[in-house]
Amino acid sequence: MENKENKASENHTMLLILFWAYVLIPLGWGVFQTFKKALALFN
Amino acid sequence: MSGFFSRERITAGHGYNRWLIPPAALAVHLCIGQAYAFSVFNEPLTRVLGITASAPDDWKLTTLGWIYSLAIVFLGLSAAFGGKWLEQVGPRRTMFTAACLFGGGFLLSAIGIKTHQIWLIYLGYGVLGGCGLGLGYVSPVSTLIKWFPDHRGMATGMAIMGFGGGAMIGAPLGVALMKHFHSATSVGVMEAFTVMGVLYFISMVIGSLAIRIPPENWKPEGWTPPLASKKMVTLRHVHIDEALRTPQFYLLWLILCLNVTAGIGILGQASVMIQEMFKGSITPEAAAGFVGLLSLFNMGGRFVWSSASDYLGRQNTYFLFFALGTFLYSMLPSFSGEGNIVLFIAAAAVILSMYGGGFATIPAYLADIFGTKFVGGIHGRLLTAWSTAGVLGPVLVNYIREYQITHGVAKADAYTTTLYIMAGLLALGFVCNLLMKEVREKHYMQHDEVENGIE
Repeated sequence: MENKENKASENHTMLLILFWAYVLIPLGWGVFQTFKKALALFN
Repeated sequence: MSGFFSRERITAGHGYNRWLIPPAALAVHLCIGQAYAFSVFNEPLTRVLGITASAPDDWKLTTLGWIYSLAIVFLGLSAAFGGKWLEQVGPRRTMFTAACLFGGGFLLSAIGIKTHQIWLIYLGYGVLGGCGLGLGYVSPVSTLIKWFPDHRGMATGMAIMGFGGGAMIGAPLGVALMKHFHSATSVGVMEAFTVMGVLYFISMVIGSLAIRIPPENWKPEGWTPPLASKKMVTLRHVHIDEALRTPQFYLLWLILCLNVTAGIGILGQASVMIQEMFKGSITPEAAAGFVGLLSLFNMGGRFVWSSASDYLGRQNTYFLFFALGTFLYSMLPSFSGEGNIVLFIAAAAVILSMYGGGFATIPAYLADIFGTKFVGGIHGRLLTAWSTAGVLGPVLVNYIREYQITHGVAKADAYTTTLYIMAGLLALGFVCNLLMKEVREKHYMQHDEVENGIE
């Protein structure tokens, strides 16, 4: 019973991490592209 | 199918992790934020027939400018009229409808490009896409506020930050897709629209599938709700229609409109402005970098300022926006006159962070003043202020600049008056914020009205 609960909790945490990664990876890519562009200002 | 979208179906069970809600909201906002990056398609759309250069029958930039304007107008209209519907049907159906409209708008526009029918693009991206923008923008906001009663500002800031970030994904993605599909017979816009329409549809549907509303009387673990309303933070609710009968709604409308007008004033002209104010020192590449830097501060400000408002209080946060904004705007001409580029850039970046912060903090301000029950719908109606500012800001800046140049003012000095006017608008916003008081007793819903739901 406890094992089952632990497994469910693990799956839940994994889902949380994956879902955040799903939105943060493209956002991070976009921010990085813009940051590269912004660097031209300091060059 | 209606069961699939029903509130009962999306009510979370006990123990549901509320941190799954912000990425659901972000999945929608990161898509619709693409609207800010629509301009990357403008120039290629003027070469759809000529491919390498504009042919006589190709669309002109003035014709294409209407696409974005229509989208922003329909954003405001759909948010205003769809807000009440959102409160009735819940966030999943609204987000799914937004996905169909926004993704479908791209696909219809792709057909418009293929057949070279501009009205199909107006209808597709402008009308349908604009409605998708409006519904998508407001749909997760009230849900987030209900999941994060202890951090309202931070929660809405996360979603609305996504709208700012959406442009940062949409612009390079659009450019990369056009480059990929570019050939001797196509500029690649039609193909890029098709791919983006499908991608955005899928991402927004994932968001709509993941969204959940909290069970009745749910509260975060370990958090004790305040027993009585605090100053400027009510525990009661004002009906969505009743909100329109309060002066507070119109004051907040003006607060948003003035803050956005002032921000757009600098954002829309940033590249040209810095090149003309620092002639010879700023290259077009550096000016593009300046725009990129402002976009980063616009996005970051959405999260930082709205989170800070949870501690500072909503009214104090806007006092800070308006006071600091007025000061910085009025200092910009001096920084330019002294040739101090560093201070000019720093001031513009802070102004833009407060422009984004204004967008992200307003839903929490609404929730504080009108309660949380109808905040999504009321927020939708308030977004007409954005549409108004979207027209007012650029017109004001362009008209004043043109007027001054035709009257012999040097280009480098032509922005001075505009910047002082923007400072004046922010000072007016300060006064509106000062006039904000709690809603009068007669506007609040009675206990039984709240229990019976909405009409």
